Amino acid sequence: MSATSLGRVLAHGSHVPVQRLGADAGIRGRRVVASFDEDATTMAVAAARAALALAGPEASAAVPAAYLVTATPPYLDKTNASALHAALRLPASAFAGDVVGSPRSVFAALRAALATGGLVAAGDVRVGRPGSGDERTGADYGAALLLAPPGATVTADEVVADVLALGATTEELLDRWRLPSAPTAEVWEERFGFERYAALVRATAAEALRQAGIAAADHVVVTSPNAAVTKRARALLEGARPTPLGHAGATDPLLAVAAALDVATPGETVLVVSAADGCDAVVLRAGPALARRRPSAVAAQAEGGTEVRHTTYLAWRGLLERELPRRPEPDRPAAPASARAVAWKFGFVGAACTVCGFVHLPPVRVCRSCGATDAMAPVDAADLRGTVATSTVDRLAYSPSPPVVDVVVDLDGGGRCTLEVADADPATVGVGSRVDLVFRRLSTAGGVHNYFWKARVLPAAPTEEDA
Amino acid sequence: MSRGIADKVAVVGMGCTRFGELWDRSTDDLLVEAVGEALGSAGIFRDDVDAWWLGTLGSGQSGLTLSRPLGIEYKPVTRVENYCATGSESFRNACYAVASGAYDRVVAVGVEKLKDSGFSGLLRADPPADGTASELSVTAPAAFSLLDPAYCARHGVDPGDMRAAMTHVAWKNHVNGARNPKAQFRAEVSREKIESAPKVAGRLGVLDCSGVSDGAAAALVVRAEDAYDYTDRPVFVKALALAAGPMRGGMDPDYDFTSFPEVRHAARDAYAQAGITDPRRQLSLAEVHDCFTPTEVVLMEDLGFSDGGRAWRDVLEGHFDADGRLPVNVDGGLKSFGHPVGASGLRMLYEAWLQLRGDAGPRQLDDPRTALTHNLGGRPGGCVSFVSVVGREPGPC
Repeated sequence: MSATSLGRVLAHGSHVPVQRLGADAGIRGRRVVASFDEDATTMAVAAARAALALAGPEASAAVPAAYLVTATPPYLDKTNASALHAALRLPASAFAGDVVGSPRSVFAALRAALATGGLVAAGDVRVGRPGSGDERTGADYGAALLLAPPGATVTADEVVADVLALGATTEELLDRWRLPSAPTAEVWEERFGFERYAALVRATAAEALRQAGIAAADHVVVTSPNAAVTKRARALLEGARPTPLGHAGATDPLLAVAAALDVATPGETVLVVSAADGCDAVVLRAGPALARRRPSAVAAQAEGGTEVRHTTYLAWRGLLERELPRRPEPDRPAAPASARAVAWKFGFVGAACTVCGFVHLPPVRVCRSCGATDAMAPVDAADLRGTVATSTVDRLAYSPSPPVVDVVVDLDGGGRCTLEVADADPATVGVGSRVDLVFRRLSTAGGVHNYFWKARVLPAAPTEEDA
Repeated sequence: MSRGIADKVAVVGMGCTRFGELWDRSTDDLLVEAVGEALGSAGIFRDDVDAWWLGTLGSGQSGLTLSRPLGIEYKPVTRVENYCATGSESFRNACYAVASGAYDRVVAVGVEKLKDSGFSGLLRADPPADGTASELSVTAPAAFSLLDPAYCARHGVDPGDMRAAMTHVAWKNHVNGARNPKAQFRAEVSREKIESAPKVAGRLGVLDCSGVSDGAAAALVVRAEDAYDYTDRPVFVKALALAAGPMRGGMDPDYDFTSFPEVRHAARDAYAQAGITDPRRQLSLAEVHDCFTPTEVVLMEDLGFSDGGRAWRDVLEGHFDADGRLPVNVDGGLKSFGHPVGASGLRMLYEAWLQLRGDAGPRQLDDPRTALTHNLGGRPGGCVSFVSVVGREPGPC
């Protein structure tokens, strides 16, 4: 017996930052931390780009809605999803909204996306006080699912997964909470929450499986901000595993789905159970497209990484104030100028001269090469790769994490621009380095996040794709 | 190309303050001192001046920045700004004002008070923007540090040799500056110290960068035919050239960061105006914009002092030392003076003035006839560049 599909997943993606917090923070193992220039929006963008790249340009152009999920929104009162919408160059008619607050927000967004189709993209920066459980066992990352609109014609071989069932129970309890003004959360004694959640997990999972019409799932993940729940995942549900990287707040259930799809093969089923202020469960069955639509897996991204010093990390999070360089702080971006340049600033859209072909990054009206005026066609450059023409290490520039590495990048197919390097290791950047482009936060000044693109150095080994 | 105004105007008086961390002097003080020395050297008074041009990047706005401290009453005073060519730009416009016949006596003055900000390096006052321009995040030393690896790659120069050439530029300019009482830094600096200085950007250490200082300089410009009324040793303006680039380099994959096209254009224009066909032979000295050591290396090629790919070797062989075939920055350059933006171009002209008149004291070159001054403002890939040629006598260089 088989349940009808509640919705069809066309692609999934994830983003695991490269920075790791380790021994000098008293952490056994390595805690995944967002770099100073990453936030919920940039990580959701990164995960969504991974998913959209697999779904293809037509699917991207037809995305009807985007839901940005986070418990750590870069802005309040201002929609964060609009920056994601601009960075992904979604159609103007696509809805973009934030679903902010807690792990249950993922399920709110998922329920909305099942009704409308579109993107559920999540990102969280989990901040804990030095020495806290959140600092040790939290994580920062992004995850995304792209769902087909309910009535859309989708052939079976485009389906990465069918959503078979959603289960939910609700219970008001004080297990974890955070005042909107506080950077770090408070938790009650975790055994209290565990006692309450244990029964909810079992009941909600059983109900979801029943609705899905399966006795057991091939991949079972239990996620909860209550560490006792995830530690005893196996005791709660047979074969269950905790989320792979530590709890990331609202993003965690979505990363659990993405990580499970990473390892599932077509036909297999996935059950993700999230215990937070009640319990949510989702059951999926992997579809045929999963065999080819494989994003960079969570587990693969979790390998390696770069160790960041504890003091540097604390400074990134505003928990340690450092001496600033004797240079003026950056100006905040101006709203009208940013609005005029939205395609460039958020979407990295340049302009190619239709007379001589010269590519301009940023776009200009008068061709720098042949002088033609207003003869430009937009160039979608964000997904291009490029080669470093020259580079330098700037030890004077204002940055939360000096030194800044700058590169002059010649993009494949034409166009040159000067960019900062994201996640820079000065030793690995040089003339000829291959790079791609990532959406990051250059600075925050006057309460305004200056989002723009940076270059990211690709692994040195040339691939066939690059040759 | 410009027609030029060769030999139509002459400099008959100049002044230049000491450059340095002048904590006890205000912008007003610097203007009063530089203008006072310039007028005094020509034996005229403030009210004899018909019009004024003031160059400053950020130490004030409008002509009032000059008219107020000097008490100038109801004369035309124009403030100009053109990045690091600001001082030269005030001179260029003053010369044209005289050449046009509109005025008989015009003063060009440049000033900058950098040290009061409390910050390192130059500050920018940019209009509200979208926050994406790399000029906002990439500092000047970082932008100019790109010249070094690019030059090595283009010309197959061993990075060690290029490092030695950059070191030689700093060493030479400090040796020269040690002989200049108006310089900010008046001590020779060993090559070891230059190379072991803390790194700022790329391979540039602190001692590869020009200093940050306060200063002012001024020039009195009159019609050439009137020049000998003021002094028996005027300096004649042979060429004034300015080139602003389209800033294509930052967008153009064909640009390789080993040259400043703006400098090449300005030099070509200036040489044509002055009738210079062989700058190495026809120039007695050159004051060039040594903002960072690799800049001076590359400029030797852009100004036609070295063949392409040869400048590093010419520098190391001492061609541009004070006793070389073409002394460059014999006053100590930006390296020794720092770079108070509005003043630097006129400070360079001041050294040309001293040298051509035989007043350069321990730095005096043997019988110099023609001098070049050069500025660039901006960065590799997009800048403004100024080149002037001045001479001791009217007629061909």
